Amino acid sequence: MNYLAAFLLAIVSYSLVSNVVLSRFYGICSFIGVGNKIKSAASMGIAVSFVIIMAALICYPIYNFILVPAGVPYLDTITFILVIASLVQVVGLFIKKFSPSLYKALGIYLPLITTNCAVLGVVSENTASKLDFGMSMANAIGTSIGFLVVIIIYACIRERLESSNVPKAFKGIPIALITAGIMAIAFLGLSGLIG
Amino acid sequence: MAKGEHKQSFIAGIIAENPLFVSLLGMCPALAVTKSLESAIGMGILFTIVLVCSNVLVSLLRKVIPEEVRTPCFIVIIATFVTLTKMFTEAFLPELYSSLGVFLSLLVVNCIILGRSEAFASKNGVLDSFLDGIGNGIGFLMAICLIALFREVLGTGQLTFGNTFTFIADAHNGEPIKLWILKGEGYDVSFSIFSTPAGGFLVLGITLAIMAAINNMKANKKKVDARIKAQKAKEEAAKKREVAQ
Repeated sequence: MNYLAAFLLAIVSYSLVSNVVLSRFYGICSFIGVGNKIKSAASMGIAVSFVIIMAALICYPIYNFILVPAGVPYLDTITFILVIASLVQVVGLFIKKFSPSLYKALGIYLPLITTNCAVLGVVSENTASKLDFGMSMANAIGTSIGFLVVIIIYACIRERLESSNVPKAFKGIPIALITAGIMAIAFLGLSGLIG
Repeated sequence: MAKGEHKQSFIAGIIAENPLFVSLLGMCPALAVTKSLESAIGMGILFTIVLVCSNVLVSLLRKVIPEEVRTPCFIVIIATFVTLTKMFTEAFLPELYSSLGVFLSLLVVNCIILGRSEAFASKNGVLDSFLDGIGNGIGFLMAICLIALFREVLGTGQLTFGNTFTFIADAHNGEPIKLWILKGEGYDVSFSIFSTPAGGFLVLGITLAIMAAINNMKANKKKVDARIKAQKAKEEAAKKREVAQ
């Protein structure tokens, strides 16, 4: 029971308090690049969430039952990136087979997930801070929820920004970054949530 | 290849095609490690080392790697150099290693490094790729140091040297060197918001806006100059016609 409570608390903490984009700075490229349309932001968010959870699920046993017993824990980065790249390929094939419409909607974003730092970031963080299996999954699930929530809120704001009158110098990326900054200030207020 | 072109591949990455400010790549490390100037310098140097090594190796192997599997090959090459850099940093500068944390591993998926392998090193010779790596590395180093300078001075009111590069502190009686800029005896006008993650977004956004404003001003000036020139030419032509009549 205690572990379950800790697990749920960790999910809240990873998703809201130390948010993946706004306080840990993972996946900024896709956040800024895709976050200007709600629909593409939502598809990207779902695809990234799925890959993060799968990658954490697969990389934990690989690290703890293969790399560590074999005495080569320093090969973690190179192994994880290969696992993530092949995982993205497999996920792409599955989606193509079972839901061609979703595959079409994700389009170019699917291969880009390999180089999204959120995926490698979460997996590396799990091994660097020596989390156990439950906490690793809590990190993965919390991060995915956080990414999905933040990218959708951000896309809603960006859609409105497009029709508003922004000073010429701030047009495009600068105002997008300042929007993200203001959102980060808002999320700063959640840091007292778990004391 | 002519001598001028070698120079060009070195210069381009520093200002005209600056990876962070112009191409808007590699924003994750630019926001995450710029809380203090020292860790930004460390990150910039390690980034340059990885970029130069991977550029050279990719360029050497560019005729061996098959076209279809080139991206996975590039990633493996980059990951190898990142692992080596990580081990050296952990051994010789443990404070820098702990202050960069996961972001050292995340150099593997850095868009600038992969982008230079894909766009430049896989198509150009070894010397050019080497110079391109150094140019882009210096460009990125300067860009993140600029952001870190603003963030550290505005956020803490001072510059501290010696927390990450401990050899500076060792040479200075074991105490880090502190330069007070926005604070002194009895006053402190720093804003701690700039040390938080939100400050990173704000500083990068405002820096990009200032650069856009400067570019706009330059473009406007060119337009106005051209218009004045055209006007003058017209007047002169009219005068000549009058004289002729």
